[in-house]
Amino acid sequence: MRTDWLIALPILIPLLACALSAALWGRARAQRVVTFVAAAALLLASAALVAATLEHGVIASQMGDWPAPFGITLVSDLLAAAMVAITALMYAATAVYAQAEDVERREAEGWHPLLAALVFGVCGAFLTGDLFNLYVWFEVMLIAAFGMLVLGGGREQLDAGVKYAVLNLLATTVFLIGVGMLYGLTGTLNLADLARRVPEVGNDGAVGAVAFLLLAGFGAKAAVFPLFFWLPAAYHTAAAPVAAIFAAMLTKVGVYAIIRVFSLVFVGSSEWIPWVLGGVAAATMVTGVLGAAAHWDIRRILSFHIISQIGYMLVGIAIATPLALAGAVLYIVHHIVVKANLFLVAGAMRRTGGSFALAHLGGLWRRDPWLGILFAVPALSLAGLPPLSGFWGKLVVIQSGLEGGAAWLAAVALAVSLLTLYSMLKIWMEAFWKEPPAGEAPPDLGGTTRLLMLGPVVALALVTLTIGLWTEPFAALALAAGEQLAGREAYIAAVLGGGAP
Amino acid sequence: MEYLVASAIGLTTAVGVYLVLRPHSFPVVIGMALLSYAVNLFIFAMGRLVVHQPPVLQPEATGYADPLPQALVLTAIVISFGMTALFVVLAMRGYLESGSDRVDGRGRRTPPAVEETR
Repeated sequence: MRTDWLIALPILIPLLACALSAALWGRARAQRVVTFVAAAALLLASAALVAATLEHGVIASQMGDWPAPFGITLVSDLLAAAMVAITALMYAATAVYAQAEDVERREAEGWHPLLAALVFGVCGAFLTGDLFNLYVWFEVMLIAAFGMLVLGGGREQLDAGVKYAVLNLLATTVFLIGVGMLYGLTGTLNLADLARRVPEVGNDGAVGAVAFLLLAGFGAKAAVFPLFFWLPAAYHTAAAPVAAIFAAMLTKVGVYAIIRVFSLVFVGSSEWIPWVLGGVAAATMVTGVLGAAAHWDIRRILSFHIISQIGYMLVGIAIATPLALAGAVLYIVHHIVVKANLFLVAGAMRRTGGSFALAHLGGLWRRDPWLGILFAVPALSLAGLPPLSGFWGKLVVIQSGLEGGAAWLAAVALAVSLLTLYSMLKIWMEAFWKEPPAGEAPPDLGGTTRLLMLGPVVALALVTLTIGLWTEPFAALALAAGEQLAGREAYIAAVLGGGAP
Repeated sequence: MEYLVASAIGLTTAVGVYLVLRPHSFPVVIGMALLSYAVNLFIFAMGRLVVHQPPVLQPEATGYADPLPQALVLTAIVISFGMTALFVVLAMRGYLESGSDRVDGRGRRTPPAVEETR
């Protein structure tokens, strides 16, 4: 069937790009062609996947034609397809932006194959329908991420890389223990099959322990409240394009895994799950935003805001009504675009102003008003001001909180929005409006560099504006995805063929 | 046999956790390796411990050894081996760059640069 190919393509394209650009080592021009062609192809393939998923509902493909639950299944529902599409967008944006600055050195150290490998792992994690396979994709992603983090290998990056490596490996180990226990309890690791078998286990203690292990493993990847410390320790050292793709994709894969597992497998299996998720969500929002308020370095502020925003997504998962899940989906899509964009703008600000530290910046508005406007769009969207994309994400999440009997979570979310606005305004006042610091300023951003840096930023800002001003199709898509996640039958039927085993 | 395997897993995990909490990178590497051994053994045991049984189900067989965890463990071993190798390289470069193998950044020739002022 045609859809089989469509599901496999988002995994095959980056794999091929990774292999080709690794084979072309040292020939930067050819590598660039490979990366741009792959990004364009991935955009087209993911658009086709979204269209097919909209048309046919959940589509599944059995690798090697082994029938589920024995073989490895690739599944694409609306959430997975949308995530793949947004990954393709990020791939293209970072690939273009990376050409602007410092490109020769980065390319000599393997930027192109590593970026393709990261996208390969991320797409695989979104599309897999098997828990152990998810573990493998996590590791693919992690290896590529280590490589990218230490690109350019200063001492700071290596230091960050070691912390990042140890903490993420520990998280994966915890996840793997959960996978092992789950196999021992049910004898299967296919997600759709698990969704049917877990309620039949009848050993609530063991199922609860597995749920907690998986939550801890994915939560560490997603940087939720007690497990987030690796993120601010690592992200602020990476180069701007690397930080942008990390901030956009890596934590969101963790959130995706939490959504997938807790909306499909552990539905109603333990009473504590919504409470723990809700508490974690609130604590994540608050600690993230307070951490951001305390810092005076753009990249550190943005890193803490990633954590804070993860909390909003968890609110949606904790409430778990179709509307709440739709809110989480809308929020993830909005957040990926906005957060990557902010890191890209931060890179452009450093190029113009000479530093990431707010104390050393100033007067940027007078020198480059366009940069200011391009910072304001994602920054205000992050804080959730209408009519930008963040407003709609927050609106749906908060509305579902009020309807779902979790008014306290909605209140926390609103208060955190205000603090988010505070730290965005702090960057604005310090970097754009303050008097420029004494001393020689770096040269203005101009020529090809300006085009390559601000081109992706403008494109992503346009996506934010489009989601904000023309919300209907996106909201409809998110609502359909929420319905699909809450009603699990479509997913299970698509994988296992609907009939009784 | 269950007691033997269970206590082996427990002991390996305990040693692994202790080593991971050490401040130098070499014990951390060994600790990560031990932890991954413990997890691999755990997954293996989750297929139930049976001896002298075929891994393939045949009509005349009286029982079987579950082959799937063995396949899973094989994958996990390969991945954790690769991860350990990568981590060793990372730790080595960190040591050569900074002249100290402490993971908490103390005892450097020069302390890590403090970016933030104000």
